[in-house]
Amino acid sequence: MIDKIRSADRRRVSMLTTVGDRWRALTKWQQALGLAAFVAILYYLPLLGIPGLTWLRTDSIEGGNNWAGVLFVCAIYVLVAIGLNVVVGLAGLLDLGYIGFFAIGAYSVALFGSVNSPVVKWIQQEFNLPPTWAVTWAICLFIAIVLTMISGVLLGWPTLRLRGDYLAIVTLGFGEIIRIVARNATGLTNGPVGISAIPGPEGAPAADNKYFGLIDAKPWYWLAITFVLIMVFLVRRLERSRVGRAWLAVREDEDAAAVMGVYPFKFKLWAFAIGAALGGLSGFLFGSRNAFIDPTQFNANLSILFVAMVVVGGSGNMIGVSLGAVLLAYLPERFRDFADYRWLVFGLAMVLVMILRPQGLIPSRRRARELKDRAAEAEEAPAHV
Amino acid sequence: MHFDELIGHLGQHTVDGLSKGAIYALIALGYTLVYGVLRLINFAHSEVFMVGTFAVLILWNQLGVENNPPVGQAILFLVLGLLVAAAASGGTALALERIAYRPLRRKNAPPLIFLITAIGLSLVFVELFGQVLPKLLGGVLPEAFGRPRQIVGMPTIIQQETLFTIGNTAITNIQLIVFVAAVAMMALLDWFINRTRYGRGVRAVAQNPETAALMGVNQERVIMLIFVLGGIMAGAAALLWSMRFGFTQNSIGFVLGLKAFTAAVLGGIGNLRGALLGGLFLGIVEVYGATLFASNWEDVIAFVVLIVVLMFRPTGLLGESLGRARA
Repeated sequence: MIDKIRSADRRRVSMLTTVGDRWRALTKWQQALGLAAFVAILYYLPLLGIPGLTWLRTDSIEGGNNWAGVLFVCAIYVLVAIGLNVVVGLAGLLDLGYIGFFAIGAYSVALFGSVNSPVVKWIQQEFNLPPTWAVTWAICLFIAIVLTMISGVLLGWPTLRLRGDYLAIVTLGFGEIIRIVARNATGLTNGPVGISAIPGPEGAPAADNKYFGLIDAKPWYWLAITFVLIMVFLVRRLERSRVGRAWLAVREDEDAAAVMGVYPFKFKLWAFAIGAALGGLSGFLFGSRNAFIDPTQFNANLSILFVAMVVVGGSGNMIGVSLGAVLLAYLPERFRDFADYRWLVFGLAMVLVMILRPQGLIPSRRRARELKDRAAEAEEAPAHV
Repeated sequence: MHFDELIGHLGQHTVDGLSKGAIYALIALGYTLVYGVLRLINFAHSEVFMVGTFAVLILWNQLGVENNPPVGQAILFLVLGLLVAAAASGGTALALERIAYRPLRRKNAPPLIFLITAIGLSLVFVELFGQVLPKLLGGVLPEAFGRPRQIVGMPTIIQQETLFTIGNTAITNIQLIVFVAAVAMMALLDWFINRTRYGRGVRAVAQNPETAALMGVNQERVIMLIFVLGGIMAGAAALLWSMRFGFTQNSIGFVLGLKAFTAAVLGGIGNLRGALLGGLFLGIVEVYGATLFASNWEDVIAFVVLIVVLMFRPTGLLGESLGRARA
């Protein structure tokens, strides 16, 4: 049985490599054309109506279809996966507290943008502003990114010198600390009551909002996918720059990298800050779309889901992790009747992928080769050692 | 900040902290043993503990234990509980090793792959006891799995009573039993690792696997042994937990496991006596912290302690070594 799976998997991989090679063999303008077509399809997706595939039940509207809503979730998860991929896949740091950055992003738009937040109320009082005043959405976006970057550096500064597995546990603790602070600091975050009336691009949710309302998710998806495309472009540039190569060097062998003049700590901190900013951006979109957040939406399981997206998809490969994110966001919605079992399936998937295929579904070539090397070393070494 | 409360009842808070920390220390031993030999954080160890509590719960329900049984029966239930919990937890730990970690070791996988596998396993166990078993066994064992994902209560085996008071510090019978039992289990383990032939094998593999193999130590057997030992300690912790708190839930392992890991790191991971010290220290710090601020900040205090320790003394209070510990 396992042998059959293995051989099928090998066929699938060779097919993927052929596709990759063919793509690289195309001329520049052909590639540009292909990309343009792909982007057009991405924007057209929410209008697609294929029974079985795109008809997703929702509880918020009677007999409604939540396809666009699910696409939106896929998009913000892709954003998370790309950010976490910088940290886990490129720099090789296992971050189990990614939900913390997501939460900080969501809370920054809630705390500064919503008229119901204690922070906004305090500012209104201090500066004698009208009770309808709140920070504009676009400025909240800026605040969210700055705050998450700062928190990434604050978390990374003391902890990035630790060994990899310690780092994982400390970040897990960080995610929990953020959630508990959000729950307990009632004067700052309203605690378990949560914050409502979180604004979107058109301001707080209201019936007369033309595009970004609570019901129709299509504009939200278009907004999110725009962010995703911009970020994919930027991260790709980064990946292929000096910084990206430094990350890979640090991941493969920190000491060797240091000897070659790459200061590991600096680049790890950069990876953390950039990863954090992407997580924050995703949380920001989540908060604005939801219009209401409370601490229970940011529990530690989600951090593990995020890591699962990256490792199942293929850590280090942006296409792989995006696929992982889409699968892990879409499948539970599609198979809602089995949604009770989704965490079980995630757990099993993580274990099986790690044992059978540690490089993920669509691996990064470099990473796959490294794992192969290590396995070969184990074969050469004397038995039972 | 409630300094007066803390200073006024310092003795009481210390005793509370010690009895709390004893349970952390027992669980921490599992992390420390495995880490000492394999340099692996067995993230799923918290679930090994959780399985133990469910084993105790099912046993007591099957025996039809009522609240406050007579002393003779109570002792019998506790001893049986210890055996069953140790068997369940030890078996779970061994199964984890055989099914998940061994194939990875064969492939010489990097540490992060082990950790991710362990996280996945932990998730699988939490869901197994929260969703799957309630669906399958909800009818057969309604007391344990009747309400999926909910807290399930257990019968009170020992009624909490104040045994004696020193100054304004009251020590209850349960606190005393928990503390003494935990320290006894740890002393037993310490003796086993430091004084017996098997223990020497464990220390040898921890020190240098290749040389140990050349000297005729069967490494695979040592690895199985440490997983089972860690599981037995987690089982003992599960029994003490059940006796003291009288409830369990499929998700209790997560926070408790993190704290036990903190305790192990605090004392110096890989160091058995360090785990005891770290556990007790963490228990006390937590109770002091909860008194100073508020009890809902308890978990934050534990994590902050972890971060601070790792920053200033990454090898813990006693340093990390299983091999060098009184070789």
